[in-house]
Amino acid sequence: MSALHQLTATELLAAFAREETTSVAATQACLDQIQQHDGRLGAFLRTSPEAALERAAHIDRKRQAGQPLGPLAGVPVAVKDVICVKDEVTTCASKMLEHYRSPFHATVIERLLAADAVLIGKTNMDEFAMGGSTENSAYRAARNPWDEQRTPGGSSGGAAACVAARMAPLSLGSDTGGSIRQPASFCGVVGLKPTYGRVSRWGLVAFASSLDQIGPLARTAQDCALLLEAIAGHDPRDSTSAPQPTPAYTRSVTQPLQGLRLGVVREHFGEGLNAEVESAVREAIAVYQSLGATVTDISLPHSRYGIATYYIIAPSEASSNLARYDGVHFGHRTDEAAMLAELAAERKALEAAGDRRGLDELDTPLVRMYRKTRSEGFGLEVKRRIMLGAYTLSKGYYDQYYVKALKVRRLIRQDFDRAFEQVDLVIGPVAPTPAFRLGEKVNDPLAMYLEDLYTVSANLAGIPGMSLPCGFTASGLPLGLQLQAPAFAEERLLRAAHQFQTATDWHTRAPSL
Amino acid sequence: MSLTREEVKKVSLLARLLLSEDELDAMTAQLGQVLDYVQQLEELNTDGVEPMAHAIDLANVLADDGLEPSLDREAALANAPKRDAECYRVPAVLGE
Repeated sequence: MSALHQLTATELLAAFAREETTSVAATQACLDQIQQHDGRLGAFLRTSPEAALERAAHIDRKRQAGQPLGPLAGVPVAVKDVICVKDEVTTCASKMLEHYRSPFHATVIERLLAADAVLIGKTNMDEFAMGGSTENSAYRAARNPWDEQRTPGGSSGGAAACVAARMAPLSLGSDTGGSIRQPASFCGVVGLKPTYGRVSRWGLVAFASSLDQIGPLARTAQDCALLLEAIAGHDPRDSTSAPQPTPAYTRSVTQPLQGLRLGVVREHFGEGLNAEVESAVREAIAVYQSLGATVTDISLPHSRYGIATYYIIAPSEASSNLARYDGVHFGHRTDEAAMLAELAAERKALEAAGDRRGLDELDTPLVRMYRKTRSEGFGLEVKRRIMLGAYTLSKGYYDQYYVKALKVRRLIRQDFDRAFEQVDLVIGPVAPTPAFRLGEKVNDPLAMYLEDLYTVSANLAGIPGMSLPCGFTASGLPLGLQLQAPAFAEERLLRAAHQFQTATDWHTRAPSL
Repeated sequence: MSLTREEVKKVSLLARLLLSEDELDAMTAQLGQVLDYVQQLEELNTDGVEPMAHAIDLANVLADDGLEPSLDREAALANAPKRDAECYRVPAVLGE
């Protein structure tokens, strides 16, 4: 048997059932791997070794006593630090929430605990999930395990890096415009963004509420099925949670699909697509053909407007959602005495200059408290998005930007509806490039936004999308293949992904750390 | 169309942010760039298209009108930066 941290969750569960090993041993192996390598990689913001080992021991005892066990019994799971765990710190990688302790569990956490999973730590991310490189973390940038000079992607960069680095077999991320799929692609792991409404958002700190979804990252489609099945399903506490029953993904995932019809989007192979990404994706399509799939050339004519649409809708929703960080209810608050002294000095200077207009426009203490608090608590990218959203929602621009974007959003959705009349899945690249270098795009917001070209449409349309390893560049960087399915067809995605993984071994390769 | 520095300053007040002079400069350039990019939506004729605010069509999700335990006061106040025994505290809003 391989070292325990190298096993998938499915393999671990089998080993536990055969009593070949214990959850304590598996959890310790993951913690050792973190201890040894995460000082360099920065995949985790916090780990909880004692609590994890204690819980693992508890589950081992339950198993020994023959008590009923949940479907993830004893498996270590990492959680992106945007998902609330009761009484523990949840920071969203922001200074704003440095000391925030959630008074409740997110629904997905309740479900993980009910499934007897072992939570080993909270993973690094772009602040409030805004970014595509995990460089926007207020604490530290995460690094790609395949090349530490490069980013693991983002915003779920830590979630993907920890799975690639064999620090956890399973992890939970969130995806608003590609934040699970793009890092999965950059790190050579599997990531699934479920249909909007499939997984409860209760306890997921909101970024853009009509786009956010929690989803699994793992090394195999089978493990993704396991984790999705544990967390999915209707939740009355989330009014956008879908009432559809959760299929038994773990039972169906290994059944091959017959006569699979794949759609290759013409517009996805245009300008800007890296040549190595393109050839790996084309080879992956050929693999499916050799497995009996038919391939149809299709068009999503509005897909080229995806980024523009997304970068109006997502910041608009963000500016509204992040209004809650007011320095009053929770989170950071500016030093009040210093703020009041500063304001008094400004007033005095304006009075001395006889500047009546300046005096009229001077902030009240409450408004200045909000402004100082938020300016100290948020990083640059978060401020940019709040500003963008506040602008596109402001009087005079609302129709021109926000309503216009909502209309184009429907056109994007209709493109998919038409495509899925002809094909079962849409297949193509995840990101236009392999993992880029740290610092390469961080000062060029638009270049960073264009990384989301192939992923944002799924969020806008609300459909599920998946990234799976499909090759490497000549320099050894992993490449990802994206599959997209109609709403609520995760089962089809998982089966198709598993089928690919039985015919290829890209997903079994590990970075040398 | 690009954004002026004055507009950015005005939006920073709407957004309850306080930007330094350098940040105002950077933000004016960067937001202008993004707004120029999103301008391409103008090419599309969207007359008669229903705006799509949500991905799934769920109408009238109602909850029973019943009493349920909710967060207790101490838990709700536990993360407050400034509080007393029962309230959040803010800077004086009225008077000097």
